Order: sequence, then structure tokens, then C-alpha cells
Amino acid sequence: MAETNNNHYVAKDFKSDQEVRWCPGCGDHGILASLQKTLAELDIPKEKYVFVSGIGCSSRLPYYMNTYGFHGIHGRAAAIATGIKIANPDLLVWEMTGDGDALAIGGNHFIHAIRRNIDIKIILFNNEIYGLTKGQYSPTSKKGLVTKTSPYGTIEEAFKIGELTIGAHGRFFARTVDYNLQLSNEVYKEAARFHGTAVVEVLQNCVIFNDGAFDAFTNKETRDDNTIVLHHGQPMIFGKNRDKGIILVNLKLKVVRLGEGGITEKDLLVHDAHEPNPGIHYRLAGMTYPEYPVALGVIRAISDQTYDAAMLEQHTKVQGKSKIKSVDDLLMSGSTWKVK
Amino acid sequence: MGKRSKVIERDAVVIRFSGDSGDGMQLTGTLFSNTSALFGHDISTFPDYPAEIRAPQGTVGGVSGFQVHIGHKLINTPGDFTDVLVAMNPAAVKANAMWLKAGSTIIYDSDNFTEKQIQRAGYKADPFTEDKLDSMNLIGAPITSMVKEALKDMEIDPKTVLRTKNMFALGMVYWLFDSKLKYTEDFIGEKFGKKPLVAEANSKVLRAGYYYAETIEALTPSYHISPAPIVKGTYRNINGNQATAWGFLAAAEKADLKLFIGSYPITPATGILEELALRKDLGVRSLQAEDEIAGICTAIGASFTGRLAVTSTSGPGLALKSEALNLAVMTELPLVVVDVQRGGPSTGLPTKTEQSDLWQALYGRNGESPVPVIAAGTPSDCFTYAFQAAKIAVEYMTPVILLTDSYLANGSEPWKIPSMKDMPAIKVPYAVKTDKEYQAYERDPEKLARSWAIPGTPGLEHRIGGLEKTIKGSVSYTPENHEYMVRMRDEKVERIVNEVPDLEVTGNKKGDMLVIGWGSTYGHIYTAVTELREEGYKISAAHFNYIRPLPKNTAKVFSGFGKLVVCELNTGQFANYLRMKHQRFTYHQYNRLQGLPFTVGEIKDYCKKLLEGK
Repeated sequence: MAETNNNHYVAKDFKSDQEVRWCPGCGDHGILASLQKTLAELDIPKEKYVFVSGIGCSSRLPYYMNTYGFHGIHGRAAAIATGIKIANPDLLVWEMTGDGDALAIGGNHFIHAIRRNIDIKIILFNNEIYGLTKGQYSPTSKKGLVTKTSPYGTIEEAFKIGELTIGAHGRFFARTVDYNLQLSNEVYKEAARFHGTAVVEVLQNCVIFNDGAFDAFTNKETRDDNTIVLHHGQPMIFGKNRDKGIILVNLKLKVVRLGEGGITEKDLLVHDAHEPNPGIHYRLAGMTYPEYPVALGVIRAISDQTYDAAMLEQHTKVQGKSKIKSVDDLLMSGSTWKVK
Repeated sequence: MGKRSKVIERDAVVIRFSGDSGDGMQLTGTLFSNTSALFGHDISTFPDYPAEIRAPQGTVGGVSGFQVHIGHKLINTPGDFTDVLVAMNPAAVKANAMWLKAGSTIIYDSDNFTEKQIQRAGYKADPFTEDKLDSMNLIGAPITSMVKEALKDMEIDPKTVLRTKNMFALGMVYWLFDSKLKYTEDFIGEKFGKKPLVAEANSKVLRAGYYYAETIEALTPSYHISPAPIVKGTYRNINGNQATAWGFLAAAEKADLKLFIGSYPITPATGILEELALRKDLGVRSLQAEDEIAGICTAIGASFTGRLAVTSTSGPGLALKSEALNLAVMTELPLVVVDVQRGGPSTGLPTKTEQSDLWQALYGRNGESPVPVIAAGTPSDCFTYAFQAAKIAVEYMTPVILLTDSYLANGSEPWKIPSMKDMPAIKVPYAVKTDKEYQAYERDPEKLARSWAIPGTPGLEHRIGGLEKTIKGSVSYTPENHEYMVRMRDEKVERIVNEVPDLEVTGNKKGDMLVIGWGSTYGHIYTAVTELREEGYKISAAHFNYIRPLPKNTAKVFSGFGKLVVCELNTGQFANYLRMKHQRFTYHQYNRLQGLPFTVGEIKDYCKKLLEGK
């Protein structure tokens, strides 16, 4: 991907003339700002981008980006994005979606886009609630959550987006937090540079219907103890005092304290985002608070052939061999006969 | 080859190959049709097969049939009743007994008429006696044992030996029709090129069947049909699905657009996706989507980027696609949705034909959702109407529904190959960058089409979607704006009438009765009306390919006749549509819902009774 086209973009260049209509304080504002900053820094001509979405609060984002944009229907953003990318692989396709849009009504398209490794970037705003319909539980709502449609608490198990992604043969999975602009910027850039389906889960606070769902990971007092930011090649250390780490015991991840029981930094797992075997990535993506810190950053990024590249390769091959170069050739191919 | 004792010169003959769904009857029928077409006969075919890939052997439910009508005159239907039936087992006799003409020839594999097989077919005693077929020309040939005998010296497994039975039957039929074996032998050579033993076995059995028929001469009288008076040109055989796929390719080439198809396999539409998946040489991007919804949504995405996008499906799939189809209505993007109709509702009759998705195509969506609807009339004119559907979609920036059905999709006929230079031009309404800001819903004053801004073009960045928009392309819930946009979308579709050719009349423009049809019933209605005219009735026919909008001269045509009869394979969906659109007329209806095409005879009977006031 060409990084410098000398467009000298600033974030404002990616703002459309539409008034942003999310609730004040909504995490979506943070996501929009980080994306606009990221795109400005990537400095790729803005007409190359297509922002695609489904339905929900997240899915209004394309209207606010001064790029090509397509606001689809509920759940179908991944399918629309797939069509756009296959039709014109030169376009840079970003899908904006939410936990209801991508994992409930659109679950099928989500897993199949990932399986095919279409080169699209899926930014999944996870607020663990349905916001636009005013507060019903979603496929990522924690079990027991009381909402308007689960007045006695949900009795459903929640999806973990990372596990689902990796289970669908995902090659790229990252997690960030809505208002952590620095981490988000870093993660979105990694996703942009990655060739293939990149899923980024953004923990996004819904101030109205599920406020504080991620407080433990965003609050300055607790966030460093409750999250771990993974960096490829770095040991897995976290905590306000950088005194905690993660090791592997009996095929399970375990949180340890440095210095306790003779544990040193050398005993900790070193993050290898490029390891094709999904075992550790799956476990890292599945870590939940309070037993574990929640993993942030790029958890998995393995290179593989993309669908679009394989498709172009196949086209070139077939076109090289085939005698049919036009519709006239096709119509006259095979058995024909003349009537005189 | 042997001299024939008695040859009957015929104008047209109907042959039906019938057996278990694993007996290779579809292939046998196709090979026979192609041979006849190459000889210069006009043909029309009708495959009729069960939904199950291998239904229980020997049962009536498992019978697979392929009917072909060949003629010296022009043939417009696969024929109502059969002159020659090839029955590989008793179930095939049972399934077809009611479709035999008096004096038909039945060629059957006598080895398969065991007590067990007879019972399995549901007969108590001799099938021919029980179904009162004794007076037919019955030719029992021990096909199974003859095949075994013919191949006894070859080192091939018994399963492969039995699989060649269809070639023996085909060989017999070729003798009966004085046909050449060459085309079929070439086909065998090509198909089994990598398995020379299998190829040899099939060829050997084909000839064995031919010589057997010659030897027993029990088949006489045999038939001779002279070539049909067909317009000069180069011809090929084509079925509806192939013609549909090729029509899209032709439109893409004419419009200088690349074709995209996103589809999900569904009977009987899958052939379109299969055909286009082959055409990477012509730049087609095809995707077998994860479901029907993804099929249309990927197509909408492709359309947004500036490709000619299509999706193919059948009734149940159209139901699943309806929400996304409305997204194409709202975003005003070109898209063709082909519905290859089958018997419904629900899974219904997956392999049988019906015209019962008309209302779904016209009305099956939320909100005010105008979509042009076009229907093809014969297998080969699926090419023309696929082309027209694409042309309208692009020029008017709208989704279009193309209706075909199982009968057209699988039926085939000879087709005079058109030249691309003779196909009409397609003008793409591209948006161009000007000093003014691009407005997504600014319309061409004549067609009311918006312009197509292709992503990747600098300066035309815009956002569209399913929410109501202003002309500028901003989201708007303003009451006046919504009403305005609803009416504009509707008016745009109405203006497509300017592209619709006038309704033509077969026969005089005035008379006692006009028989009205739409879509795939063309051949049967045309034949019935032509025959009635020959019998002296003052009757004409008018056939619709453009359903929405209807041709401008519709009312004028209707007003020339005493009685209007609408014939269709549903409970009266088109008749009721006409009642709404042209209220001053009275419409009679003739409807069938048996998963089968009309017969010419039943249409004639109904019309005669109505004309004679019975």
C-alpha cells in the first residue's frame, strides 16, 4: 500500500458536511475522530476509500466521512463490502458495524467474509447492547444483563468476538477502546496495512443504555491493572506498576506476579501475533475480566493469500488460456450449424 | 445400413425418454435433441425430473423424463402428448400412461418388467393391460441383458456396463428416426476422453441398440421428418438459463461494463450462476455467496462500484432478497434480479414450473417500491430479455426483475445466433466531475435516472444508503421530501414505458376472442390460437413480456375483441393485475397449477367452449 501520496491531509479533510447525530458522550465520537486521524496520516487519496455499514448507531459513521460511503441494511454490511471489494479490488473498503449488526442479524456474512479473507477492514463497535432500538440485549451482552427484553436478566451466553473471528479462520484480530485515541490509531493503522480481513473490536461505551460497561478498562484508576496491551515480540507484562504478567501452564493462560515464586520477565509469554497456530491467540482473545486482564492491541495478524488476490490470479490464468475473447466468440463456441 | 420396409413421413413427432432418475434420461434426451437440431429439425424440449437426486428406484416418484418435440414445421411447444415413449422400467410406463397418443410406440426394457419392479411401480399385474395400453405399438427389448452381452468381452465393472443402457435405448430411437450416430459418438468421445474404455463401451452399446432395432424391424413403421423451413443463419441449441447468462454478458459488453454475479445455488436457477462462473475469460466476477441475501447484497456492492450486477434465484430466494432489493430501489442502483420461478409456496415443487411469483415480483416488498418486471417467453428469448433487463437497469438506474421459470430454464430450442454488432447500444449515465458539487439524486430530465458516480473518481465522493435522501443526497425525514422522492421513483419506472415495444397481436386485430398470456406460456398459447384460426375461429393472441410497465397500446389491443381470456400457470395473478391497470375490460381466466406447462389441447378446449357459449 502506497503510504505517501503527498496529499498532506489533516483529519478535517475526512469530515463530511453532515451533522454528527450521536448522543453527546457516545464512544462513537471517539471512534470517528481516531479513524479520521488515521486516514489523514495514511495519506492515501480519499476517493479510494469506501465506508460501508449496516444498521445501528455504528452504521451512521459513513455519513460523517468525506469518502465514498454506503449505508446498507441491517446485518448486510459485510456482504455489501465483499461485493465492492471483489468488483474493484483497488478500493479500500472499511466496514462499520456493531455487535447486533455483525453478530446477530449479520452473523452469517461476518463469518464468511472472514473465512474468505476478503481484504476489508471490519471495525466492530461493541457496546454490548442495542442502542438505536433503545436498549435491548445483544449477542455480546454479559449473561444476566437486565435490559428491556431481558427484564429478569439474560440467560444467553455471550459471543466473544475474538474467539468467533479466530474460529472462522480469522487472520487478523485486534481490540481497542473507543476513547483511547493513541491505541486506536495504532490498531487502525495495523489493520489498514494488513492484507486480508481485519477485525477490530472496539469496546464502545453506550452512555444511555449500557453506561459503564467497560468502566474497569477505561477508568484511569483501574485500566492498567485490568487490561494488557499486546505488542508483537514483547513479553506480556501489565499492571499499573508493570508487575504482572501472563504465563502458560497446562495449556492454560495464567496471571502471575513478577517476583512471586521466583517468576521473572523471562518466564512470561512473548507475544507472537504472526504465529499461524491459533491456540494462544484464541486464549488471549478470550481472556475476560476479572479472572484475566482484557487483551488490547493486535492479537493476531498472520499473512495469507487474500480472496481478491486469488481471484485476480485465477482470472489472469483463465484469460491466458481461453480462446473466448468476446461475446461473439462465446456465442459461436461449441456445436453450431448453418441453415442455408 | 438396412433397408426400411415402411417409412412414414411426418410433420412433427413427440418423443419422451423416461426412467429412474439415475438412468441418464436427461442426457439421452439432450443428445437426441441435439442430433435432431443438427439435422435441421425445429425442436422444443421439456425436461421433467424429481427434486431428489436419487429417489427410490423403480417408483413413480423417482421417474425422470425428457420430452422432445421435433418437426419439419416450426415447433413452439414440447408437445402435449407423446408419439414415442422410451420406458426403462414399469414406473416410467405408469408415470406417462396418460400422456400417450393413441397408437403410440412404447420401447421398454423388458428385463426390468419383473414382478418386483411391476409391484414397485404400483401395478398389480401386467402394466400394459392394467393401463389399457395393449393397442399401442409395444416393443419390449431385453436392454439390460443385451448390454451385458455386448460388453462381455470388455474389462469394465458391472456398474459401468449397466450405466450404458441409456445408449442402447438411444441407438434404437436413432434407427427409428433414421438419424445419424455421429454427433452422439463425438460427444461420447469428448465426454469420456480420459476414460477410453468407458467411451468405447458407450459407443459400442449405442451401435448395438441401433443394429438391434434394424434387425428386429419390429419398430416399423419408422419415421422420417424433413428439415424445418428455418430462417438462414448459424444456429445452436440453447436452454433458458444459458440464454439468460449470455444475455447479461452481451449487455455488459455492449455497455462496456464488467459483469458481476452474486448468487446462491437454488433449483432451477443455479445454471445461470454456473454458466457465468465459467466466464472469467470475459472478465465476469462471480461469487457463490453464503446465502440469498449475500447474493443480492454483494451484487448491490458491485453495482455501487460501477459494474453490471446481477443475482439469480427462484421464488423462495426472491423472498429472502426482498429487503435488499428495496435497498437497490432506494439507492437507485442498476441491478437485475432473475427469478426462475418454480411451484410454490415455500419449498413447494422445486423442479416444477409455475408462474406464481408475479405478485411477489410486483408487490413483495415494504414501502412504495416500484420495480420494472420483465418476463421471457421462450428459452432462447431469455437472451433478449436478460439483455433488455440489463439495458433498462443501467439506463434508468434501477433494479429490474426478470421472470423466467423452470420450463424455460431447462427447456431448449434452436437459436439463430445473433451478432453483437446488431444488438442495441446501452448508454451508461456516468456522473462527471464539474464545478458544481455532485448531487446523488439529481435526475436526467427525460428518463429521471440519477447519475452513476464511480468510487475511485476524485471529487465525486458521496454517501448513499437505505434512508430517505434529498436530491443532494443528505438524509432527510422531511414529509414533503419523502412524498416527492416516492413519486419520483415511481414516475421513473413508469417512464420506462418509452422503451417498451407495442404489444403485438397474433392474428387479426379484431375478433371474437383475444387469448392473453405472459412469459413462458407463449409457445402453447401461440400454437393453440394458430390451430383454432386454422379451424376458422375468429381468435387472436397477445403475449406480454413487459409486465411493469405494460405496453402503451395495451388497452387499444384489448378493445378490438369480444372476449379476453388470460391464460397463466397460477390462480390469476396477471388477470387481476390487468383488472387493476385496465379496469374497463372483463377478463376470463384459464389457470392451471400442476407444476406442468399448459397443453395446447386444454387451451383450445377452453377457448372453444367459451366461444360457443358452453
